[in-house]
Amino acid sequence: MKKHIPGITSAAVTDLPVLLSYKAKYRAPQELGFSHWLAGQSLWFPVIILSVALLWPFYALAQGSEYTMADSFDALWRWMPFLLTRGFVFTILISFMTMLVGTVLGILLGLGQLSPTYVVARASWFVTQVFRNSPWLVLLFIVMLSFPFEFTIGDTIIPVPDWMKAVIGLSLPVMANISEIVRGAVNSVPTAQWEASESLAFSRRQTLFRIILPQCFKRMIPPWMNWYAILTMATPIVSILGVEEVLNLTRQAIEAEDNRPELLIPFYGFVLVIFFLYSYPIARFTVRLEKRFSVNL
Amino acid sequence: MSWTKDQPIVSIKNVHKSFGSLEVLKGVSLDVMKGEVICIIGPSGSGKSTLIRCINALNDIQDGSITVEGQEVHDPNLDQLELRKKVGMVFQQYNLFPHKTALQNIMMAPVLVLKQDKAEVEARARVLIKKVRLEGKEDSYPGELSGGQQQRVAIARSLAMNPDVMLFDEVTAALDPETVKEVLVTIKELAAEGMTCVLVTHEMGFAREVADHIYFTDRGVIVEHGPPATFFDDAKDPRTVEFLGQIL
Repeated sequence: MKKHIPGITSAAVTDLPVLLSYKAKYRAPQELGFSHWLAGQSLWFPVIILSVALLWPFYALAQGSEYTMADSFDALWRWMPFLLTRGFVFTILISFMTMLVGTVLGILLGLGQLSPTYVVARASWFVTQVFRNSPWLVLLFIVMLSFPFEFTIGDTIIPVPDWMKAVIGLSLPVMANISEIVRGAVNSVPTAQWEASESLAFSRRQTLFRIILPQCFKRMIPPWMNWYAILTMATPIVSILGVEEVLNLTRQAIEAEDNRPELLIPFYGFVLVIFFLYSYPIARFTVRLEKRFSVNL
Repeated sequence: MSWTKDQPIVSIKNVHKSFGSLEVLKGVSLDVMKGEVICIIGPSGSGKSTLIRCINALNDIQDGSITVEGQEVHDPNLDQLELRKKVGMVFQQYNLFPHKTALQNIMMAPVLVLKQDKAEVEARARVLIKKVRLEGKEDSYPGELSGGQQQRVAIARSLAMNPDVMLFDEVTAALDPETVKEVLVTIKELAAEGMTCVLVTHEMGFAREVADHIYFTDRGVIVEHGPPATFFDDAKDPRTVEFLGQIL
């Protein structure tokens, strides 16, 4: 049987076996695929999601009982400003502070891992591995229970509130993971770049800060923002330790409304939705960062 | 140091270098006088690139001595940065900094390492760009330039440091035949201006034309050397004859 030969002329045929061009059956997802998609949606998108997600639990739950849909909507409506301005803003604050502390320490630790001094490199490596492989909750408990609730320097007493301890506890695993991101990104730059700048008499420090790190930023952004998202979604665990962030306040709000079971899904559903919606600004910010630091390789 | 211009600017004596148990250089000696152009040729794996990488201390050596302007390169107390200000190097894979434009690539080292005045360096960099015939490409990033253009930026980048010796490590091996010529012309002009050059190359025609002295290495030793005319037409050693027979 004559077979068509692709790529020569449309009339070309042969009876020999034909090797067809390779077509992959799947496309590997992009690193920032979801962020790109989400950031591409218009500003109406979060509003629509919010209204849909807020309305269905009332509809589903409030049928037949004497506590009506209007009652639970009313309750949520009363609590919503409080939950948002006191609870969720605080959650964001904790995640920002944690990311800030974790990033600064993580960069230092990552550069420490790359140090030519053996002791520094090994110590940084050890610290990184310890905190990268510890359960977050255990670290939180240790920090919560072992840190004093105030410092006294001379006559001034500096109180250390619970949320600050939570920031310290959460920033430890973030720090360790950012340390690995920095180390990995620096190691991914070809050694030829080190040689080229060495042969131009750049010192090690200049090479690292002027040549290598600027090439790494773009590579570090997706994993870095990824860790911010993971961290934000993990912040509710600090509620276990009594920090008054959004989850804790939601529980208190339900208690204040006589613990009505009809309120569970609307209230916790609301928390779920605002966390989901928060990924929208994260996505937009990620895509902006990516453009800002793009390097034409 | 007591180096004077009648002494070799680069002097390599009995250099041994191994990577683990693999001995790459087994006692290599050669001298380069100021203004001289020497070419090192030989089959792959014969230690050519290793040898010139040893000259600016990118590789260390196990035995022997290498001096540049009378200064021992493998002295542990040597200020490597001082050495590398005197010795420029151009690589096979260009190794330009991808996040900087052509002009910035050239200006970086003089401004940051030699702490020279930025405006003065920029003026000099523009002259160098002109010299390697890349006018109009000042603001292009390496990713936007062809291989030959990138390599010429790399040469200009090295020259901006005003080195006394230039090392070229198979600089045309990654280029297509047409762009090879652009780069060779640039090196030839440099040699004609009296720059001391050490080249590792596979371009025999070019070596013959531009070199003052040819060294042939095989399996870690220098088998034969001489001025191009005698070397190419009157090779004595059977290994040289065989090598030249294969490629000419």
